[in-house]
Amino acid sequence: MSELGLRNRVLPIGSFGRKSSGWYGVWTLVLTEATLFAYLLFSYFYLASQANGDWPIGGPPSLKLAAPNTLVLLLSSAALIWAERSGARQGKRWQLLSGLALSLVLGVVFVLVQLREWQTKSFSIHSGTYGSSYFIVTGFHLAHVIVGLMLLLALFIWALNGMFDRQRHAPLTIGAIYWHFVDVVWLIVFTALYLVPRLK
Amino acid sequence: MPRIADEGGLHIDARLKAIWETAPGIRGVLSSVDHKRIGIRYIVTAFIFLIAGGVEALVMRLQLAHSDLKILSPEAYNQLFTMHGFTMIFLYAGPVLSGFSNYLWPLLLGSRDMAFPRLNALSYWIFLLAGIFLYVSFPLGLAPNAGWFNYPPLSAKDYNPGPNIDFYLLGLIFLGISTTVGAANFLVSLLRTRAPGMSINRLPILVWGTLTTSIGNLLAVPAVSLACVLLFTDRQFGTHFFDVEAHGQPLLWQHLFWMFGHPWVYAIVLPALGIVSDALPTFCRRPLVGYTPVALATVATMIVGFGVWLHHMFATGMPMLSLAFFSAASLVITIPSAVSTFAWVATIWTGKPVLTTPFLFLSSFILLFVIGGVSGVMTGAVPFDFQLTDTYFVVAHLHYVLIGINVFPVVGGIYYWFPKMTGRMMGERLGRWNFWTMFLGFNIGFFPMHIVGLMGMPRRIYTYAPGLGWDTINLLTTVGAFAFAIGILLFLINLLMSLRSGKRAGANPWDAPTLEWSVPSPAPAYNFAVIPVVASRHPLWEERLNESAERSDLSRGYLLDHGRETLATTVLDAEPDLILKMPGDSYAPLALALALAVLFVGLILHSATCSGLGSVAVALAILVWLWPQRSLGQIGESTHV
Repeated sequence: MSELGLRNRVLPIGSFGRKSSGWYGVWTLVLTEATLFAYLLFSYFYLASQANGDWPIGGPPSLKLAAPNTLVLLLSSAALIWAERSGARQGKRWQLLSGLALSLVLGVVFVLVQLREWQTKSFSIHSGTYGSSYFIVTGFHLAHVIVGLMLLLALFIWALNGMFDRQRHAPLTIGAIYWHFVDVVWLIVFTALYLVPRLK
Repeated sequence: MPRIADEGGLHIDARLKAIWETAPGIRGVLSSVDHKRIGIRYIVTAFIFLIAGGVEALVMRLQLAHSDLKILSPEAYNQLFTMHGFTMIFLYAGPVLSGFSNYLWPLLLGSRDMAFPRLNALSYWIFLLAGIFLYVSFPLGLAPNAGWFNYPPLSAKDYNPGPNIDFYLLGLIFLGISTTVGAANFLVSLLRTRAPGMSINRLPILVWGTLTTSIGNLLAVPAVSLACVLLFTDRQFGTHFFDVEAHGQPLLWQHLFWMFGHPWVYAIVLPALGIVSDALPTFCRRPLVGYTPVALATVATMIVGFGVWLHHMFATGMPMLSLAFFSAASLVITIPSAVSTFAWVATIWTGKPVLTTPFLFLSSFILLFVIGGVSGVMTGAVPFDFQLTDTYFVVAHLHYVLIGINVFPVVGGIYYWFPKMTGRMMGERLGRWNFWTMFLGFNIGFFPMHIVGLMGMPRRIYTYAPGLGWDTINLLTTVGAFAFAIGILLFLINLLMSLRSGKRAGANPWDAPTLEWSVPSPAPAYNFAVIPVVASRHPLWEERLNESAERSDLSRGYLLDHGRETLATTVLDAEPDLILKMPGDSYAPLALALALAVLFVGLILHSATCSGLGSVAVALAILVWLWPQRSLGQIGESTHV
């Protein structure tokens, strides 16, 4: 037993940052969700490879809204990193709350701009395989953003109630992983749907 | 200082029992998070589905017993074979193994519960509700009717306008949530809740099997869930993914379905192979031959299993080059399978077999595994598959695989672990009748299917013309199927009788080597009075094997009795890392599962109000569940931010 070091060791108790079960759990969620998007993009490219001409409908999608919106989502992630590093870990309440709020607001902006972009499209979900694919892929991502926003809202409320301290803020660490994941997925979706068609 | 117990005194047991035991009565039924109760529920529910799927099969066998019978209408037959397939593959074969692993994992790993006890309860409730959701369609006469792999365009709205297919699609998406959260729970439990010293080279093979399955499920289930979403939007919202007229691709369904489907085949056999690898050696009175190759074979099977999905689609007109690649990959699977087979045979050969009922089930499995494996290799060869695709040869193959590799080990596994689950032994005498009836019935019923398949009888036909020479073989199959069913009935009778009046079992009635047999039968609510310290693969056989001077310590270790606690250890070395605060009884899992059910019912009824309410309820249930709790150590204790 001695070589296992059971004696004379103080172990932390409960939900503790990267040692919490939730931290491991969220990575399994990321793994399976990442696979979901991989299958979605497989379907998109499979249908693209079998399409006869009109793919994408009306040429590569415009970057006018999508490119700035990508930046908005990246800034939202940056704000969340700031909230955790300069706020929660340093025990600074103001940074934590304002970082979370900023992240939340930027996320909402992303959703609104995305919905606006949907309105500007000349095609709909009924317009052949491209229309169906475009709206389902971006729709799946948007649904994930909305779930992420609810999570950010909950984290904001919990932070407001003073539930986190310097050592113990695992929900924030875990929620942030999901939010960053949603961002990374957007970068991949953006590349696949908006940039790849320009390579032709 | 860690809290170390020097003696497992009675007062400690009483204290731990008070901490860990589920509330009595209906409260406990609805809110328990005890992995042992959940595991047994899983097994019982899966067996109820096995009986349902079995009755469906018997009705079909009556219809096919002779040419030109009119017991069933073609439409009823279509619903029956679809429901039979769906039930057996999704509601029995997967969940029953989840049941075993739920019950056994913490006991095998030396922990007090799974990493996420409430998630465990959620995964059971969703499984149950998804099964009920699907079966509601049956009495309405609206059951899915396009086969268990549900190919469009047959399953598209134009050809199948009723809600039948929607029950299939929504049911499978709903069930997928259960599979996914269950897989996540197994994976994190493995990473974090092993007893100190339980390094990966000391894991029982069942753990390897379920671990591999869980990772496979996390990577594979999204494919079929996505396919179902896309077909559902095609049917209900006018998208065109599979719609040929709009250049949609029905073949995309087949790709997505089998990218999931083939890994799933391994998901429903690898833990069963694990049952054999762990239980068979106990009856051979020696450790498994070739532990490391068998563990690696388990993992290798799944990895290769992700690259063989096209062998279900050989007849769809793919380029020959890709057929050749996938055929080769399919044949490669024989290598890990053969490694395991030789390991089992060598274990029996070099051991001193004790011919008990579980031994009969586990050893006969090897024969069935080889038959099912060989017919699999045969259909893995492209030219042969062209001839046999969609014939009864394939039906024979998949039943040898699913019954031979899943049902036989599962029944053997229940005989083996029944004493641990209930504190009583199952009857040996009736057990033998049970085994021989099942074994002979199965082979009489299913072996001739190979022959009628070679003679050209297609699957999924509700009847056939006289004079084709198929009548006698089909009658034989029907007789065998009923004999097999009687065997299952004998098993159930044995189970119920043993539950009432079986011989009392001690902690280790089989003199087995692994941790679960070190605790009393039935296992107490807290599993281990102290978290054991493991020094070998066979903690209870160390004295006689004497492989090294090190000894496991089952009576001295972490006591952890300040509320529900268990030990988290590091991922690679299994060294103590953290004390986990575990949740107690909770209604949150049931509430979330019911909220999801409301959402899915709303979708099938096309009721925006109902599905909207369901969505809001889902969000609220998750919020309440995740709300940080002081008792779980989720709230900061020092100066608040």
